[in-house]
Amino acid sequence: MDVWSSLMDGFATALTPMNFLYAVIGVILGTAVGVLPGLGPAMTVALLLPVTYALEPTSAFIMFAGIYYGGMYGGSTTSILLNTPGESSSVVTAIEGNKMAKAGRAAQALATAAIGSFVAGTIGTALLAVCAPIVVKFAVSLGAPSYFAIMVLALLAVTAVLGSSRLRGFASLGLGLAIGLVGMDSVTGQRRLTFGQPLLADGLDIVVVAVAIFAVGEALWVAAHLRRTPMHIIPVGQPWMGKKDWQRSWKPWLRGTVFGFPFGALPAGGAEIPTFLSYVTEKRLTKHPEEFGKGAIEGVAGPEAANNAAAAGTLTPMLALGLPTNATAAVMLAAFTSYGIQPGPQLFASEGPLVWALIASLFIGNLLLLLINLPLAPLWAKLLQLPRPYLYAGILFFATLGAYSVNLQAFDLVILLVLGALGFMMRRFGLPVLPLILGVILGPRIEGQLRKTLQLSAGDPAGLFSEPIAVGIYVIIGLILLWPFAYKLFRRTRPARTPLVPANSGAADYSD
Amino acid sequence: MTSQTTGLKGRSELGVALLLGAAGVMVFLDANGLVTPYSKSDPVGPKTVPFIVAGLLVVCAVLLAINVLRGGKGEAEGGEDVDLTHPADWKTILPLAGAFVANILLIDWAGWVISGTVLFWGSVLALGSRRYIRDGLISVALSLLTFYGFYLGLGIALPAGLLEGIL
Repeated sequence: MDVWSSLMDGFATALTPMNFLYAVIGVILGTAVGVLPGLGPAMTVALLLPVTYALEPTSAFIMFAGIYYGGMYGGSTTSILLNTPGESSSVVTAIEGNKMAKAGRAAQALATAAIGSFVAGTIGTALLAVCAPIVVKFAVSLGAPSYFAIMVLALLAVTAVLGSSRLRGFASLGLGLAIGLVGMDSVTGQRRLTFGQPLLADGLDIVVVAVAIFAVGEALWVAAHLRRTPMHIIPVGQPWMGKKDWQRSWKPWLRGTVFGFPFGALPAGGAEIPTFLSYVTEKRLTKHPEEFGKGAIEGVAGPEAANNAAAAGTLTPMLALGLPTNATAAVMLAAFTSYGIQPGPQLFASEGPLVWALIASLFIGNLLLLLINLPLAPLWAKLLQLPRPYLYAGILFFATLGAYSVNLQAFDLVILLVLGALGFMMRRFGLPVLPLILGVILGPRIEGQLRKTLQLSAGDPAGLFSEPIAVGIYVIIGLILLWPFAYKLFRRTRPARTPLVPANSGAADYSD
Repeated sequence: MTSQTTGLKGRSELGVALLLGAAGVMVFLDANGLVTPYSKSDPVGPKTVPFIVAGLLVVCAVLLAINVLRGGKGEAEGGEDVDLTHPADWKTILPLAGAFVANILLIDWAGWVISGTVLFWGSVLALGSRRYIRDGLISVALSLLTFYGFYLGLGIALPAGLLEGIL
């Protein structure tokens, strides 16, 4: 079946009245939770996972698509109206967005963010529909050695490239991998790290881990440092844009999309780099350079589009390779697995209708987002004023409820508290959370591929290099790992350049 | 001696290194205790990856300790409601954790409606709200709503506990 007819079948599934209703509920829930301060898209998805458990997989994923985009949009609303973004990908949006809001142009900032998200999300989803089958075709030819290499690349890239301290990234990765080891070994049935506790034999439920690290850790962390002075929230009316705003926005939307999608699709992706690139580009190309730093609409339109296009891009490796590259995709992968569905090249063959229904509902979710959020924006802004004790008590309450409802055992709540304390410690000492989550999810998969590889080569380590793609990826991994050292060496051999840059401005940040 | 004590002050991050090291040793000992005959169909075996993970953790622990002693510092995470100018407020955290633990102890015996009420009410009070009656009513309402919502809407029966037969 070609892409077009599969997609049309997907729309047919997604547009049945019940499924459509789930999409609407998903978008509303996703936005409502995403708007709440301190709750980024990944946490929104993790907290709302249990809600989808009672549904059959197709409806659940349709609802998920809504939650995903809703959570993304909710996050950008928060960053425009409050200035302190909950998620690193909306940092750039906050720069100009909040300035616009303060200058009385909150309505235009929210409108360009919403419409830009819609444009970028739609183009991004279309690219996803086109690219994913191509990636699948390519992926089917890959064997265990290549998969092993790609997954190692994804882990190392996320750990080494993002975040300010590589060392702390690797520490977080190590903890995640250790958590992933808990439970019965899939090949030999040996129990690892269970300490004789039968409830640990099945491993730690990934939903419990994600909710603990994201939601409980965050709630405890904020509770310890709760701002006692009331925050200033900018009142907002109906979002709208004038003709001039449209003229200034449409090009940044498209350019942002071009930046966002490929970065999202790469194993080291994420939305931080493309949103930043988009901001820099718009600043250079704008006809109103004097407005930058005071609230230029281009500075909101471009990064927001890049952010949403990256979100769509992230789904390409997630669906086609089973490879999550950001926290939200990692949680979604966990959701797939809890339904007994394994994302990867076989997914399109074995669960074709489900995947295409999911992609179709991404289109629908995107449109719903625009239709629902433009009129409801003032209501979302009200949510920001929720008294903080209720907000964080509510997060704990629903985190508990979500984690408990997975298996209905109080033991999971003990794990929730222990890992929540770990999440608190990580926030206190600047350990990034993402490598841990990816370690938990990818660790067991990497181990599986490693064992398969060496099984095929009868124990010969040369089997790891038996596929050309694997070798190529190891070269890239080598470059990523050696880059800071090479950079230092370069700086040392060229001391003449130092007068231009303060002596320890760049390299020192990466050296620890 | 004095110089060493001042050297250790404000270096609570060394505790993180200690935790990483301990986790590494634990993973190593656990894997080392596995008994597996060599098998041709699984040359890697269940021990290899734990050994690698243990190695990673220990190396990170050592490097982090060195980094911290040299004056390195992890950057505490900021956020919308986070005010990093005052130190961690244990008078909020401990009651909050207490409410959480109470819920764990109560949930199977007393049921979700009671334990959830305790959790929410306790958390709101710990976080500084002082409208006892209103908070209590909201807590009860939330617990009841989620109980019936999960049962009727999602088909998940949360424990009724002491209120079995009434709910």
